[in-house]
Amino acid sequence: MSVLVFTENWDRKFKKLSFELVSYARGVADLLNTSVLALSVGPVEDSELMKLGQYGASRIISIDRPELKNLDNQAWAGVIAAVALKEDARVLILSNNNTGKAIAPRLSVKLKAGVGAGVSSLPVSTEPFTVNKRAFSGNALAQTVIRSEMKILTLLQNSYGLCETENRAVIEKSDVQADTGFLKTEVLDVQKQTGKILLTDADIVVSGGRGMKSPDNWGPLVELATLLGGATACSRPVSDEGWRPHEEHTGQTGKIISPNLYIAVGISGATQHLAGVSSSKYIVAINTDKDAPIFEAAQYGIVGDAAKVLPKLVEAVREIKK
Amino acid sequence: MKILVCISNVPDTTTKVKFTEGNKSLDTAGIQWVINPWDELSLTRALELKDNPASGVKSVTVAHVGTAASEPTIRKALAIGADEAIRVNAGAADAWYTAFQLAEVIRKEQFDLVLCGIESSDYNGSLVGGMIAEFLGIPNVSAVSSLNIENGKPVMVREIDGGKETVTVPVPCLAVVQKGIAKEPRIASMRGIMTARTKQIKIYEPAPAEPLTEVVSFSKPAPRAACRFIDPENAAELISILQNEAKVI
Ligand SMILES: Cc1cc2nc3c(=O)[nH]c(=O)nc-3n(C[C@H](O)[C@H](O)[C@H](O)COP(=O)(O)OP(=O)(O)OC[C@H]3O[C@@H](n4cnc5c(N)ncnc54)[C@H](O)[C@@H]3O)c2cc1C
Repeated sequence: MSVLVFTENWDRKFKKLSFELVSYARGVADLLNTSVLALSVGPVEDSELMKLGQYGASRIISIDRPELKNLDNQAWAGVIAAVALKEDARVLILSNNNTGKAIAPRLSVKLKAGVGAGVSSLPVSTEPFTVNKRAFSGNALAQTVIRSEMKILTLLQNSYGLCETENRAVIEKSDVQADTGFLKTEVLDVQKQTGKILLTDADIVVSGGRGMKSPDNWGPLVELATLLGGATACSRPVSDEGWRPHEEHTGQTGKIISPNLYIAVGISGATQHLAGVSSSKYIVAINTDKDAPIFEAAQYGIVGDAAKVLPKLVEAVREIKK
Repeated sequence: MKILVCISNVPDTTTKVKFTEGNKSLDTAGIQWVINPWDELSLTRALELKDNPASGVKSVTVAHVGTAASEPTIRKALAIGADEAIRVNAGAADAWYTAFQLAEVIRKEQFDLVLCGIESSDYNGSLVGGMIAEFLGIPNVSAVSSLNIENGKPVMVREIDGGKETVTVPVPCLAVVQKGIAKEPRIASMRGIMTARTKQIKIYEPAPAEPLTEVVSFSKPAPRAACRFIDPENAAELISILQNEAKVI
């Protein structure tokens, strides 16, 4: 028996999300008195794979097959399911990111494994296996019992944190092959976002709403985000109007993020917006309306005009970065 | 080409959710039920495709797993423009159970393209679409933000972490759609509302299946401390607090 964690790579590298997943898997394995097996698909070098050991993986299975270059939900789920069965995995852990959401449901059906989708903490109990999962777009947690023998959990990004251990892992190259009959996804074009911190990975996010007044006023907001090493985001009307790209839209129908710091500028704080940002560790609001609902979600607030406050913040951050 | 749009019936997105019976179930008093926002956008896109003869889309059907109580939501989908509607007469016990029922319907009715929303706004599972595809053994594409039909083939843009890919898969297939698929949800016209009243909703009884998961109780996230206000004239103080007290910058 083991806990199997699927660790995706980006251009052959892992990132914080991967280490957080392994840390979480270690926590689950401790509850079950078992060990963590990490599964990597793609051409990742051993030195990179070994990093997963530092967060608690005892064994790392690496599958490097050319046919698995592009994500095909059906074929990838087939490969992961084959490893899970071979290794007698009881719990499978994936990220709740795009890839995890693409694969987990197919895995669930293949393995008849119930899914706890969007967990942010360790299981409440292992007998019966019970987890708290995100529900009602962040307005509630649903305590859910998973009754199947195998279980799948998808972890919300930035929710659990990293735990390093004194652990040395062994790497095994697996020859598990994809069923090529299932490789049906043909990739016609790829557009990569390069050089920017991904919104979902960022520890600090500075976000603008309609209170920014015009697409021309974004300069100081972007500057603040850059100085803080963070990413920029926006509310839905802002992306709908084309003031900012769609990738930046946060909220119920956009991205769900949980940075350490979310600075909301000229955002009223509608329920649908908060649904995407309410699990941020700290929320700061800047708004001219002292009664704006965003202040109910925020720990720190400034009642003031974004156009006046933002340049002052930029200045203050410049000072401390000196 | 026949399109099926799977629709879920959820509380209006502004609902302040409350729970009853010792936090065991949702307090439905006063809740306004709506079509799940992503499903509404899928339906809109399906109808846009049907409006364009070059796409070859002949019909758009909606399917829902739920009790008779959700018929108003199904009628709304018909009013927006769906040609036909199917309801599986059972509560949506969990994602597995729901997907199992929808897969059964699709086996009987045969569709070329099935659309599901990326999640339902109540249980946020992001599961039903992928599960249906696996039950049927057909390909699926996730996080689809654009969908076109070119020479009978669906061409989709999917979001991956850090970018986008344009992909195609052979039909029959399933797309799990997200934001971007349509700009605004289509609104029912007066005529649509009138014709929807007389359209038949086809009812299927559920096939035997056991859910794999069960929600036993709900809790609300811990409330946040009250907001501490900082004088706008002294905005630099905020930065100092974030650096020295919150220690996040
Ligand atoms: C089904 C559905 C899904 C939705 N999904 C999302 C979603 O995912 N994400 C999302 O964001 N929204 C979503 N919405 C929309 C949501 O309801 C709100 O309309 C939206 O969040 C409001 O955006 P806003 O805060 O930028 O604009 P507004 O609500 O117009 O707020 C602007 C704020 O700026 C303040 N302001 C004005 N001038 C200034 C100034 N000079 N300086 C500082 N502050 C100023 C105002 O006081 C106000 O609070 C959804 C709606 C529906 C129905």
